[in-house]
Amino acid sequence: MPEPIISVENLSKRYLIGHRTDTDAPFQYTALRDVIGQEIRNVMRKAGDLLHGRQVIQGDTVEEFWALKNVSFDINQGDVVGIVGRNGAGKSTLLKILSRITEPTEGRVTLRGRVASLLEVGTGFHPELSGRENIYLNGAILGMSRAEIRKKFDEIVAFAEVERFLDTPIKRYSSGMYVRLAFAVAAHLEPEILIVDEVLAVGDSEFQKKCLTKMNDVSRLEGRTVLFVSHNMGIVTSLCPTAIWLDQGAVRERGAAREVVSEFLSRRVPDRDRTLQLGNIRRHGRYDGPLRLESIEWLSGLPLRHGEALKARFHFDITGPVSAIAIGFGFSNTGGVRLLSYDTDFQDGFRPDLAKPGRYSVDVTIDSLPLGPDIYSLDVGCRSGDFHALDYLPACYQIEVIAGANTPGTIVREGAGVRLLSDWAWDFDAQSRRDEAISVAMPGD
Amino acid sequence: MQDVIVIEAGLQERNYWRDLWRYRELFYVLAWRDLSVRYKQTIIGAAWAVIRPFLTMVVFTVIFGRIAGLPSDGTAPYPLMVFAGMLPWTFFSTSLTEAAGSLIGNSNLISKVYFPRMIVPTATVVVAFADFLITFAIFLVMMVWYQFAPGWQILALPAFIVLAFAASIGPGLWITALNVKYRDFRYVIPFMIQLGLYVSPVGFSSNVVSPQWRLLYSLNPVVGVIDGFRWCLLGGQGGLYLPGLAISVVVAVIFLWFGINRFRKTEKSFADLI
Repeated sequence: MPEPIISVENLSKRYLIGHRTDTDAPFQYTALRDVIGQEIRNVMRKAGDLLHGRQVIQGDTVEEFWALKNVSFDINQGDVVGIVGRNGAGKSTLLKILSRITEPTEGRVTLRGRVASLLEVGTGFHPELSGRENIYLNGAILGMSRAEIRKKFDEIVAFAEVERFLDTPIKRYSSGMYVRLAFAVAAHLEPEILIVDEVLAVGDSEFQKKCLTKMNDVSRLEGRTVLFVSHNMGIVTSLCPTAIWLDQGAVRERGAAREVVSEFLSRRVPDRDRTLQLGNIRRHGRYDGPLRLESIEWLSGLPLRHGEALKARFHFDITGPVSAIAIGFGFSNTGGVRLLSYDTDFQDGFRPDLAKPGRYSVDVTIDSLPLGPDIYSLDVGCRSGDFHALDYLPACYQIEVIAGANTPGTIVREGAGVRLLSDWAWDFDAQSRRDEAISVAMPGD
Repeated sequence: MQDVIVIEAGLQERNYWRDLWRYRELFYVLAWRDLSVRYKQTIIGAAWAVIRPFLTMVVFTVIFGRIAGLPSDGTAPYPLMVFAGMLPWTFFSTSLTEAAGSLIGNSNLISKVYFPRMIVPTATVVVAFADFLITFAIFLVMMVWYQFAPGWQILALPAFIVLAFAASIGPGLWITALNVKYRDFRYVIPFMIQLGLYVSPVGFSSNVVSPQWRLLYSLNPVVGVIDGFRWCLLGGQGGLYLPGLAISVVVAVIFLWFGINRFRKTEKSFADLI
């Protein structure tokens, strides 16, 4: 039994998430002015606490977050393994550790062979440089020596089909050419271990096919090991014989790709996870009126599925009489542009008056969710008859929509957009009718 | 022979210098990329390296040499003396500015590929050195213009160029690390450089500093570099103040050690911060 080419033993990665006491906007980086400002606020707060005789709390709260916890697995030479899991399951962290971008907190990984990781195509491409120069640049970044690149140069250029534009700065390339060139460099790396993250989700379908064939060759014919992460379950099952399902930073299941993927898609989300709490979210604005949205219960389950039925229940509390209320929710893309909205009063205009304080709920049923597979942010709100907003929670949650039973495999995750069911009529006989017309026009020879 | 890579907490630390050597090819390529991007299609790129020090030299000659009437080093023409100081100073300030922004500018690399991060800021110093060579060519032209020949001291110039590298890389690495951690630090850098221009003896000779302050003044490592350059290029006219030079060398080495140290402390978290 040969040694496994990749062995991962008890791998864990911890991130520390600092919580600010007086702001809930997470900053991506620290600014000196924030640190100074925060220190001053901390001192002021502590002084205030002392004056009022409260307990002095040291510092801001820091929460531990384990992106990976005790992950262990072995991969043998020549295996092609797909890694699936929903967002935040630890896939990216695992890839980052395997490609040595970040260090693990605990555990160890042994890689027996040269590793190339493709977390992105065209890493380090410089728009001002020519195609030729970028091949050398990108190759060096991916770990090829100049001699190696020189040897492979013609092959790379032929694969990318950019011969005529070799000395053109790549800022003038079309996006298709750019992706082709980037993948061509990566495809000729010849590492023993190739780590690929979602890079096939770009480029036209013709080129995607070419990439898939190349990846197939790399693994089947050349006996290389491939770790492949994708949200496109169709590609995972067609490319990888086996798969690993990561869930909340741990390996949930490992086995034949088809079984793991179908298990992953049909997983039952526990009931407590089907409810999104709204009551404790901080409101931006004065929404302290008589109505407060408390939670959304996704009766048809999470994640939401494109093209399938959606049932949800909105719970809200009433503390005083309200008239003519309407509740609505909507989905926005990551750029904050609203793509889809649903309201209780659309169509029939019915807006109930509620006087008695207490907990109420309203159910919504959507026959077929038109949102394509992607991540959206959820907006929820409620207004009364005079269009006065009673409660409003823009972008309160990130919601993942995954491919449904009828979603075509050609739809890639990002930018899938809104897809409605539509009727289409094909005409396959056009060519033969035209041939007929020609033969009628030129009779008798 | 098969490569075996072991990934474990803290292991990257131990193999650091070996990895740095292993990735030297990437260093060449990044330096070459920065160079060709700078001098490609932008005529101004090369022209900038000529115009900037030249204009500064003119201004300093007028202000310090004419209006303030400060003395030059020996018989050397004032503009030549200013320019000999400008050479290491522009090298120092360009490397500092370029290095500081380098990691942010290459954030897509940092978050997608592994390599010893020190490669990025040090590769930008090569660009600053290319600018230095251009400025040096102007200096030679000026020497011909003033019919001023350097002495045997010019043979020591490579040693001072090495010192200039050490004095630039140390603070450069430190500032780079700070700049990743605290993004608004970049607003402080131009101010520091502007201040440094007047604190360092660029527009005037350090011989105008009174002797009892001279040793303290040399705590600024750039002082030693500039004095050394002038001594080499102006035929030893101003003399070399050896205790000051020794202090500058020591401070530069301490800064270099400190910069590398700080950089490596923060380096591990760069991918998480960017």
